[in-house]
Amino acid sequence: MTSSESGRGLLMVSPPLVYALLLLAVPLGAIVLFSFWTQDFMTVDTTLTLNNYRELAEKPIYGALLGRSVYVSACVTVVTVIAAYPVAYFVSFHVRPARKSLWLFLITIPFWTSYLIRVFLWKVILGYNGVVNSGLINAGLIEEPLTFILYNVNAVIIALAHAFAPFAILPIFVALEKIDRSLLEASQDLGESKLMTFLRVTLPLSVPGVVAAVLIVFIPTIGDYVTPELMGGAGGKLVANMIQTQFLALNNAPLGAALAVVAMLSVTAISLVLILLNRRWLRGRT
Amino acid sequence: MSLRIYAIAYLVFLYAPIALLPIFAFNDATIIAFPLSGATTKWFGELWTTTALHAALKNSLFIACMTAVLSTLLGICAARAGAMYRFPAKAGIMGFIMLPLVLPEIIVAVSLLVVVVQILDLGLSNWTIITAHVLICTPFSIAILNGAFQNLDPSMEEAAMDLGESRFSAFRLVTLPPVMPGIVASLLITFTISLDEFIIAFFLSGSEPTLPVYIWGLLRFPKSLPVVMALGTLLVALSILLLTIAEILRRRGMSRAGVNDKGGFL
Repeated sequence: MTSSESGRGLLMVSPPLVYALLLLAVPLGAIVLFSFWTQDFMTVDTTLTLNNYRELAEKPIYGALLGRSVYVSACVTVVTVIAAYPVAYFVSFHVRPARKSLWLFLITIPFWTSYLIRVFLWKVILGYNGVVNSGLINAGLIEEPLTFILYNVNAVIIALAHAFAPFAILPIFVALEKIDRSLLEASQDLGESKLMTFLRVTLPLSVPGVVAAVLIVFIPTIGDYVTPELMGGAGGKLVANMIQTQFLALNNAPLGAALAVVAMLSVTAISLVLILLNRRWLRGRT
Repeated sequence: MSLRIYAIAYLVFLYAPIALLPIFAFNDATIIAFPLSGATTKWFGELWTTTALHAALKNSLFIACMTAVLSTLLGICAARAGAMYRFPAKAGIMGFIMLPLVLPEIIVAVSLLVVVVQILDLGLSNWTIITAHVLICTPFSIAILNGAFQNLDPSMEEAAMDLGESRFSAFRLVTLPPVMPGIVASLLITFTISLDEFIIAFFLSGSEPTLPVYIWGLLRFPKSLPVVMALGTLLVALSILLLTIAEILRRRGMSRAGVNDKGGFL
């Protein structure tokens, strides 16, 4: 590495870096600082206190919301990753190389199309007169429309699992693509069945992709606002809805900021645990 | 074989909500439910006469165009630096720039809201949304452009400079042509992301709503839902068109750069 090369590289990367510092690092710092201030009617009191955090700890609703958010995100992550793995496996191992990008393109397209309208359509599908209910009634399977599939946590999980599907498929696919195919032949030559080859060779080698998929689904879902707002009903609201309420409706931005900080810290803590477990697991194998 | 059936069923699941859109957009009833009552194009006709919608669309197009250009410019810098130079703390710096990709959008939204309104005491406008959209779109731009920049040899530009070209014209004549399809793909994708983005625009828009914020307002009124379906149909059709062009260009860019296409730009 010559000094002029690293200088030029740093110069080249500086516009996006400075942008990210000013508009990501500074605001994140600001929101942490802000969470130690308090709302005093129309003005913000800038004395540093822990009052917001005390309120979050004392009122059970905040803890319950956070717990529910983590639970929903965990469910979404598990459902999404388990449902996505076979698809990623299929595209990586059973699709001709020339057709792979077409499959990936088809999988990613729904992800890029109006999120708001997609979530709303889940209401149409799962609603009282929705596609699922009218279909089941017409088929004579049920007499009364099912009500447990909309305006609760289940509905939120279904819609989020749908929205984040491509996020789960792509990292698993990348990990599967990296697997040296001759390892699979070797395993079968040594007498393992196809199933055991999958369990003892393919699956362990794809763990980094699965961990990446878990993180890339888990982290953003915790902050999702639209789906719980539209699908969750009264009992399915999550932490993002409360953050929004504090900021825009109750005009208590510092408390909202504290809630955002707590949500961020929880996500970071859970992610770090996952990454550490993954590291230890990988080290145990080499 | 059963894997193929599962994969196809999965695709059906992915496309199910979108497939319903045109069905209800052409359905002659104000209630969005089965059974259908007959075909009509009046909901599309209503789109032409709603002036509030036109204003929202104009805002969104302006924001999406500015976001596409600015985030792609930043993306070019980052992808070029990442692919062609070695410099200290490279992994950390690149990781930090890519961070908005996984950060919950509501965190980006509220932290910028705090800075703009409470600390800088500025008003909200289209530019506050553009600022935030550039932040979240730049990582996508980098992800797309990485493929195009990967196999470029820095010595090609050096050769051009040795032969008397300036640094900029060496970039323009040597590096730009092979990465051009990637750049256009990045413009299209970032445009689509910005046009669709709701939560940040919801927090950061001033008095003028963007198209998704306007749609969000309509969702509360059952009467306006068929119009939303018609609008959604057009938006989804537009997104699919732009993404298809972007994908074709991205692949062309990859093959020009001599990279084996691994598929997918994420």
